[in-house]
Amino acid sequence: MSESGPSSHSHLAPGTPLCAGCGGLQALQQLYRVLGDKTVVVNAAGCMTLLSIYPFTPFAGSWLYTAMACAAAGAQGVRDALDIQLAKGRISSAEDLATVVLTGDGSAYGMGLSATSAALDRGLDFLYLCYDNEGYGNTGHQYSSATPRAAHTATSRVSGYAGSKKDLFAIWAAHRPSYVATAIAAEPQDLARKVKKAAALRGPRLLLVLAPCPTGWGFDPALTVKVGQLAVETGIWPLKEYVDGRAVHTKIPRQRTPLAEYLRLQGRFAHLFSPQPDEQRLAELQQAVEDYWQQVTE
Amino acid sequence: MTRILLTGNAAAAWGARLAAVDYVPAFPITPQTEIIETLAEWIDGGVLDSRLVTLESEHSMLTAAGAAAVTGVRVFSATSSQGLLYGMEMLYNLAGWRAPLVLVNVSRGLSAPITLEPDHNDVLAARDSGFLQLHCATCQEVLDNVLLAYRLAEDARVRLPVLVNLDGFYLSFTREPVAIPEPAAVADFLPPFSDCGLHFRGGQPSSQAVAVLGGGLYSYFRYQVHLAAEQAAAVYAEVAADFERRFGRSYPAVEAYRCKDAELVLVMIGSFATKAKAAIDGLCAAGQRVGLVRPRLLRPFPAAELRRLLGHRKGVAVIDQNLSPGRGGILHTELTAALYGLPQGGPLLVSFVGGLGGRDIAEEEFVQMVEVLRQAVQEGIAPPPRLLFTEEELQQVRRLQDIAHGRSEGKGEGEETS
Ligand SMILES: Cc1ncc(C[n+]2csc(CCOP(=O)(O)OP(=O)(O)O)c2C)c(N)n1
Ligand code: SF4
Ligand SMILES: [Mg+2]
Repeated sequence: MSESGPSSHSHLAPGTPLCAGCGGLQALQQLYRVLGDKTVVVNAAGCMTLLSIYPFTPFAGSWLYTAMACAAAGAQGVRDALDIQLAKGRISSAEDLATVVLTGDGSAYGMGLSATSAALDRGLDFLYLCYDNEGYGNTGHQYSSATPRAAHTATSRVSGYAGSKKDLFAIWAAHRPSYVATAIAAEPQDLARKVKKAAALRGPRLLLVLAPCPTGWGFDPALTVKVGQLAVETGIWPLKEYVDGRAVHTKIPRQRTPLAEYLRLQGRFAHLFSPQPDEQRLAELQQAVEDYWQQVTE
Repeated sequence: MTRILLTGNAAAAWGARLAAVDYVPAFPITPQTEIIETLAEWIDGGVLDSRLVTLESEHSMLTAAGAAAVTGVRVFSATSSQGLLYGMEMLYNLAGWRAPLVLVNVSRGLSAPITLEPDHNDVLAARDSGFLQLHCATCQEVLDNVLLAYRLAEDARVRLPVLVNLDGFYLSFTREPVAIPEPAAVADFLPPFSDCGLHFRGGQPSSQAVAVLGGGLYSYFRYQVHLAAEQAAAVYAEVAADFERRFGRSYPAVEAYRCKDAELVLVMIGSFATKAKAAIDGLCAAGQRVGLVRPRLLRPFPAAELRRLLGHRKGVAVIDQNLSPGRGGILHTELTAALYGLPQGGPLLVSFVGGLGGRDIAEEEFVQMVEVLRQAVQEGIAPPPRLLFTEEELQQVRRLQDIAHGRSEGKGEGEETS
């Protein structure tokens, strides 16, 4: 594990093929600033896979692309191989690396969940960054199990996603790992604090970062921060962390902005507002937010 | 050197132990499980300085195996049938990563219907992955092949994962006398793991398995895997010669048995070749000129060696313990391609499929296959591929169907349709 602070080797180089205004990339940049180059980023298939395209990489440190289902297992192999070499005196502790998993929600909530759960069982020392853009972004934004109710995606074009967003925070916490936090790049101080905390701990750690996605969600890239702030202010994306066996909210929006203000900015929810506002569904969605915070504050 | 009775599975574990493997990602599946249980016991008992980690699936197991190998340690793993297929995506990845590890597959027929007993459809499904393949017929060969496989995998000219195959039950659970080489002699033969600069290290950033844009780069890297696999043929010959010099056991890429002046030759891989040899001994004793050719190395495909051994025969019977539905035997297809276009025309090839799901191939059946081959050579026409199945076996199936349908025996399947 490296606990190195900011260094000249801790910035992602510019010029990636990711979309302008990508909320996931913003979060990754913040994380990388803290972790720096003494890392192996183990990636699963998704938008971020296109960060490293032969022979270029924006990372000052190392990178291993695996497949969609198995980044956590890749992290296991890397971590074990480093530990074995340390134990056998074949590498020095200066040559050690922190193991970071980087995947989207499709992998983290779905295909990669079995491999991740098993890594948690084993207490693997790794930090998992999930950038949650609430859909299979790389394949054209079809719904995933992280897609919020009613959102239009490429596979829910008519009346929106009929399911509800899965609670990955709770699933991780149920494994009793070292650390789980939700975050968003639009709340940089909260994110920075969580990144530092996660980096300083050992064992399995998750940073579950909501990643406003102009392309998949249908908003102007200039609005990424605004959309992110509204996600927090409306209370639809609760900021919280699980540490030492307890889940705590790190920001409680007591004066919550109406959810419609968040939804209205995004093309994926346009059908809730035109031709006429779908008052019933809007009320249901608002109620789900209220119900969540009710059980938190009570 | 000591000689003890070992199962094929224990021989595989001994191979890993003598290779002083650093890391064993594992997942249980019959008939392979004894391999990882044996290694786990040695590791727990402090006999083997290695780390065994049980993953939650073979997909993850192979991912961890490959990731560890490209981080810089010697990796061993083992699986069978469903497990090999469950990890299929990663077989291709590991070859593309150029992860130099050894994976033992204990062959078992593929579901459905589900069975525990062996045939070669599992390992042949991995045929095009970029893993090299070594096939075993004895428990001794299992141990020795694991050692050969590491030399091959880690050679700078090859740098590819290697799959060592043994048949479930017939080898995995059969005890045979196995000579266990001295660890010091093995250490001389197989130097400590060298990563050839392929690793992850603090201070030496590297990106592995990155994406490519465009067919040109993709082709470049795929061709690299192919050229390395082709190069592995010469490296294998070198390594096998070195092994023979040190340990006295000879493992040519293709075994030729009683082939000196054979007119007719059977071609098989795996442990059933031993049954074929017994039948051939009988036929030779009766004055027939019949031999056996058994490829040990299946990837790279020893085409030149097979042409040399088979090109001048009158007839060749390929006995496939696998089935590509709608096509037939896979080895037959491969061998046909290898023998096509020889200046002298080449032998007449006859295809047999048998031994699926552990079904035995009886000595009389080998004799019959030779007879069919002889007839075909005389007539100059290859008969259509034959699926080995006896009248008695069909009757047995019918009896079971009667029981399943609650019919009185002997009415059979066809009569009951309504
Ligand atoms: C086994 C497998 N199935 C399907 C795919 C196709 N695929 C590539 S990326 C992707 C979406 C991944 O979604 P997510 O993890 O949310 O990442 P995002 O694309 O949103 O960044 C899919 C389905 C694949 N690469 N591998
Ligand atoms: S599709 Fe969305 S998540 Fe993917 S790169 Fe573009 S903005 Fe980022
Ligand atoms: Mg996604």
